[in-house]
Amino acid sequence: MRIDCDIHPGVSNTAALFPWLNDHWRELSVVRGIEDLASINYPDRSPLTVRSDWRVDKGRPGPDAATIGRQCLDPFGSDIGILNCLFGVQTLFADDLAYAYVRAVNDWLRAEFLDRDPRFRASIVISLENVEMAVDEIERCAADPRFVQILVLAGTAHPLGKRLYWPIYKAAVKHNLPIGIHAGSELRNPPTALGWPSYYLEDYVANAQGFQYQLTSLFTEGVFNRFPALKVVLLESGWTWLPPLLWRMAKYWAGLRFEIPWADRSPAEVVRDQVRFSLTPVDAPPDVDQLRRLFDHLGSDQLLLFSTDWPHAQFAGTDVFPPGVDPALQEAICAANPLATYPRLGGAR
Amino acid sequence: MSVERLPGIYDCDIHPAVRSMADLEPWLERRWIEHFRTYGAIRNQHYMSGAAYHKSQPNASRRDAWPPEGGPQGSSLEFMRTQHLDQNGIGFGILNPLVSSQGVRNLEHSAALCRAINHWQAEQWVAGEPRLHASIVVPYEDPETSADEIRHWAGDRRFVQVLLLSRTSMPPGNKRYWPIYAAAAEAGLPVGIHAFGNSGWPVTSSGWPSFYMDEMVGHAQTSQSGLVSLVIEGVFERWPELKLVLIESGFTWAPSLLWRLDREFDILRSEVPHLKLKPSDYIRRNVWWTSQPMDEPENKRMLGDIFAWLGWDRIMFSSDYPHWDFDDPTRVIMFPATDEQRRQFFVDNARGVYGTR
Repeated sequence: MRIDCDIHPGVSNTAALFPWLNDHWRELSVVRGIEDLASINYPDRSPLTVRSDWRVDKGRPGPDAATIGRQCLDPFGSDIGILNCLFGVQTLFADDLAYAYVRAVNDWLRAEFLDRDPRFRASIVISLENVEMAVDEIERCAADPRFVQILVLAGTAHPLGKRLYWPIYKAAVKHNLPIGIHAGSELRNPPTALGWPSYYLEDYVANAQGFQYQLTSLFTEGVFNRFPALKVVLLESGWTWLPPLLWRMAKYWAGLRFEIPWADRSPAEVVRDQVRFSLTPVDAPPDVDQLRRLFDHLGSDQLLLFSTDWPHAQFAGTDVFPPGVDPALQEAICAANPLATYPRLGGAR
Repeated sequence: MSVERLPGIYDCDIHPAVRSMADLEPWLERRWIEHFRTYGAIRNQHYMSGAAYHKSQPNASRRDAWPPEGGPQGSSLEFMRTQHLDQNGIGFGILNPLVSSQGVRNLEHSAALCRAINHWQAEQWVAGEPRLHASIVVPYEDPETSADEIRHWAGDRRFVQVLLLSRTSMPPGNKRYWPIYAAAAEAGLPVGIHAFGNSGWPVTSSGWPSFYMDEMVGHAQTSQSGLVSLVIEGVFERWPELKLVLIESGFTWAPSLLWRLDREFDILRSEVPHLKLKPSDYIRRNVWWTSQPMDEPENKRMLGDIFAWLGWDRIMFSSDYPHWDFDDPTRVIMFPATDEQRRQFFVDNARGVYGTR
């Protein structure tokens, strides 16, 4: 059993979504020239966005189920693949426009992937611009058990722990849907807390810092305490930064917990209970002994979930795991951990 | 070897405080004295006094650090001598004043305050205490004026580094700040970047969090972004001799960041052809960290792994006196370390970085 928890289907342009937009939004998109919503989170031609052997001559990789099945499920022996669509609908400002496109993306995922290959599952794409509409969309999609997660980006307008977002977490728990937080930003704020960097390389590296701020916020605000059944999955986040973050949080939790009296479990405990990470990218040390020590620092075999991050360039060939990860752990990462994280995959076995 | 037997610990982060801003008036023109009394020192933050994220205790300082003669914690040289330098065996202490000045929006006011603070350090602190050494406080949002300030003090051996705060208004590697690095490199002075400041941006890349705890944990991430910027924009390619010290931002995050940077550099190097070395090579050549606040894993031996991975030659002891999260030198290395490693951490590394001018 192998479950790939992070696959990116490619929406070619807004026209590809027209069948799932009503006349008003279709006409408006044409009249205004809204042709594409691909965001700067993943520039199309960047060597990171598409691995060289997965490149296509024209357009974006993965507009259809057959291609992804052939390139991403078959070669890795994956029985199930979870689709996380990164078409930049989260960056739209107007509530109604964002809602129309979010719905279109989810309907496109259902029609073009879920209905065409039983191996696929998908995350419900939402816009955080209007939380009430986001909850409506979760309710609408949750009726279909093939939607297994709710997807938001790592860079948001407000830290994800803020109570403003709690109705989303409530809906997530109600429907057995983990919250997946994926690399990338709504770009309501610059990619760093120091403003806009000069290079894309800096933007991409900054995802790791962005996830750390968000995990801290989810902890301090008490999301995990208020919703003890909630699972949060950090996708394409890297995870080798986790132990030092937890040590730092533990230090300040010890010194400042009067500020957050609801935080009755240590940061490490909360993460072990409720937070998971997709495997790739592996920001791994150069030597195997360091990697083994790092797994000691992580202190749990349950944190990682198998992912290829297709079509992003995170490894060569089919070597998703770095050298030095023992076979039993690999097996847990491929099957037991994802199954324990995503209740809706239960019926898949 | 016990800490007590080391020949004078180097403490890379001590905070002297003004009793009130009036302490700076001897070195301020009438114009700026009046300006401050009327408008204060307006920065990119909310309150006229105090911080946007309220500290855990008054002035973020130890409750036992109030000087007996009155005034805020850290404002008495005499009390700092007895409570800290003598008590903790500090032989070489570096002053990092966090007095409102850097990041003041009126750039001329910022420059005037920085100049006054440098005089105040020289005359009120280091002149009377040879164990203490000063940092050149610069109005970093005006890089040309900052370079002038560096040149003004460069010949004065009592000043041992250039001080920036971590929250600059643009990432610190941006070319607009390069006059600062040029002047520091020319003077042979390390650049120290201390946590805090007011960038004008939210303190996270996802807006304003609710708690002081978020802010404190977040200094580590913000400092990572600053370091990434300095490396990727090519500051260390341009000035191979420049020494950078990251102060009070943690260091245990560094190995993972280096692995990530090298990995992404490998994939995206066509975007940054100005970099001739891989990011970790620059960092291992040009960057040092101070230790406080030392992280606290349940198993302290894991800190030993981080020291080993980053290199025992890169991390320097700091106490953060008189602030509340002060690290006591007798209780900071709570895992197995050799005498040689302790000596590097408490003495040799800082002597190499600061003592060679």
